[in-house]
Amino acid sequence: MATTKHTIVALVEDKPGVLNRVASMFRRRGFNIESLAVGHSEQAGVSRMTIVVDGATAVLDQVTKQLYKIVDVVKVSDFAESELVARELALIKVKATPSTRGEIIQIADIFRANIIDVAPDSLIIEVTGDTDKVDSLFRLLKGFGVRELSRTGRLAMARGPAGTLGVEAESRPSRGKGRKQEGGS
Amino acid sequence: MKIRGAQIVCESLLKEGVDTIFGFPGGAVIRLYDTLPSYPQLRHILVRHEQGAAHAADGYARATGKVGVCFATSGPGATNLVTGIANAYMDSVPMVAITGQVARPFIGKDAFQEADITGITLPITKHNYLVMRAEDLAEVMAEAFYIAQTGHPGPVLVDIPRDVFDEEANFHYPDKIELPGFKPTLQGHPAQIKKAAQLINEAQRPLIIAGRGVIVSQAYAELRELAEKAQMPVVNTLLGLSSFPHNHILHLGMLGMHGTAYANLAVSHADVIVAIGMRFDDRATGRVSGFAPQARIVHIDIDPAEISKNVPATVPIVGDVKNVLQSLNPLVEAKAHSEWLRQIEEWRRQYPLDSDPGGEHLLPQYVISQIWEATKGEAIIVTGVGQHQMWTALHYRFHKPNSLISSGGLGTMGFELPAAIGAKVGCPQEAVWAICGDGGFQMTIQELAILTQEKLDVKMAIMNNSFLGMVRQWQELFYGKRYVATPLSGPDFVAIAHAYGIEGCKVTRREEVVPAIQQAKDCPGPFLIDFHVEPEECVFPMVPPGATLAEFIKEPKREAVARGWPRRSTP
Repeated sequence: MATTKHTIVALVEDKPGVLNRVASMFRRRGFNIESLAVGHSEQAGVSRMTIVVDGATAVLDQVTKQLYKIVDVVKVSDFAESELVARELALIKVKATPSTRGEIIQIADIFRANIIDVAPDSLIIEVTGDTDKVDSLFRLLKGFGVRELSRTGRLAMARGPAGTLGVEAESRPSRGKGRKQEGGS
Repeated sequence: MKIRGAQIVCESLLKEGVDTIFGFPGGAVIRLYDTLPSYPQLRHILVRHEQGAAHAADGYARATGKVGVCFATSGPGATNLVTGIANAYMDSVPMVAITGQVARPFIGKDAFQEADITGITLPITKHNYLVMRAEDLAEVMAEAFYIAQTGHPGPVLVDIPRDVFDEEANFHYPDKIELPGFKPTLQGHPAQIKKAAQLINEAQRPLIIAGRGVIVSQAYAELRELAEKAQMPVVNTLLGLSSFPHNHILHLGMLGMHGTAYANLAVSHADVIVAIGMRFDDRATGRVSGFAPQARIVHIDIDPAEISKNVPATVPIVGDVKNVLQSLNPLVEAKAHSEWLRQIEEWRRQYPLDSDPGGEHLLPQYVISQIWEATKGEAIIVTGVGQHQMWTALHYRFHKPNSLISSGGLGTMGFELPAAIGAKVGCPQEAVWAICGDGGFQMTIQELAILTQEKLDVKMAIMNNSFLGMVRQWQELFYGKRYVATPLSGPDFVAIAHAYGIEGCKVTRREEVVPAIQQAKDCPGPFLIDFHVEPEECVFPMVPPGATLAEFIKEPKREAVARGWPRRSTP
């Protein structure tokens, strides 16, 4: 069966163990996570997970439904590539001698990447872009000797004015234990 | 006024209408137990192993429709619950398990009797909580009960550190639960219901597969109305048995690996299948790629994740079964389907189920059909897992709603005794019979003590074939009769019953069956019958693993049985 890469965005309540719940569900049901990025959303107490999954359509349908079964998961959206903008960030530490440094900087410029650390025999390059762009830069730098690579995984957002999850952020109820709540009864 | 965490737990249980707790104390829950005497409305039943507590809560929940509650201490107490929780999860049983945890400063330090029970139960609970402040307890308890019984029912675990039981907080029980991530769909979508009705109205060979969802939703009348109006035959999943009366002309019994031949043939020839509150378990479908090859499928279930998980649905309807059927039934046209029903009757004649093959051997099918006769089909029947379970499913003709309690999804041997205890505690006015295997019974045999201590009138019928029978059957049929690790030299079950103060008798001959069952019925308390049945009897029909439902092995002719199967001498 043909597989496609899908980007799933999930809003989850920011509670202890929620990442474990999501990761555990993927593991136990045998779904493959290609990348996973977690961070705050525009709403206090709600985290946003961006998960890239490789799988057939039927599998992706199950992923979404199984995510919804997790009580702490509030909203899930599944996007095809054309519907969203996506970026990832990478830090690449590359070997640089006086004779190669100029060439490396030129390449970085072409990719609109930044040099964020310079040492006598190495550079750290920061690059932002879609997966292909980061991959290409990495391939080019490999020839110079890449000492370390650190990538964030993909972050994504739907194109256009609508919220990624099809709901106005303000209208979503917010609550939660594990966070400070006023009153405390 | 502030009260202790332990009191908050008990107050919350009262708010939820809990009357019974199955549990076992220990260091981390001493405060909770110390509080129980101030709550005489909460009956605590002391089990002998925490697995028994979870199964008893499960049996109680299935028999009553209420949430079952169990207590255990931290570490081994909590881990002993795990099988019972997984069992409830697989069979969609509402349960709240409350476990003690080591005190907060010790968490994560590998303290004495510490186990990460929320981590362990993550994939086998609907949700779980580690409550780090007494002031959160009331809200967590309310959420736990709400989640356990709302939508697709299931177990929820609440883990409470021992110093949280001691900590004081105000008690405010929330009267409304607002969980943004938990909003089950209860009403079916009208457009989908219309499409389903159209499919049913166009069908030539329609069929209903009814699962446990019908029982959970108490949609017995609605199911019957649909079946009768459209003249659609009904087959059941194992856990759907007793959702539709066995003596109804449209009822075909169970489908699946040990389903009746006519149920499996009907599924294989149907052109429209209405699957209601069931989840296409592999034991029900046989080889899934060959399942119901001619059928378009209407799948009604409360859990969207069950739709098209194993078998793709033509028309999915997410919602509570009762609600959906109430909307669907008026749109369904009255039909006769006489040709289809004639075909099914033909199959029924061709492959009859034989509950009394006669002869001198003591056959389990006969024993079970005699228990049916003696109880008039009015008892709550609780089974373990294995051959005795399948014989019960085939030969006890369930006609009373919700009268079978069995471990279906997880297939937990040893479920029968503690679950029967839970059922009897929940429904003291009902006759409760545990039909047991001689292997599984020994896994939870210690719970016999509860019957004496709590004076519970549970009747036990052990189908004792001195084998782990279902595994032996597979060894006979598919592993060259190499009986590795399946022969049992069992204990004297009657002597064990006596040791626990329970009456019992042993039955080795066919003519002793009826008097023994009568003796059990006449006994005012619990009674155990050790039926020494034919050791190498197999469950038939059988769909071999990897085969489709139409490729079942038929019941062999009895002459062949007499030739091939030597009787083992019984001690």
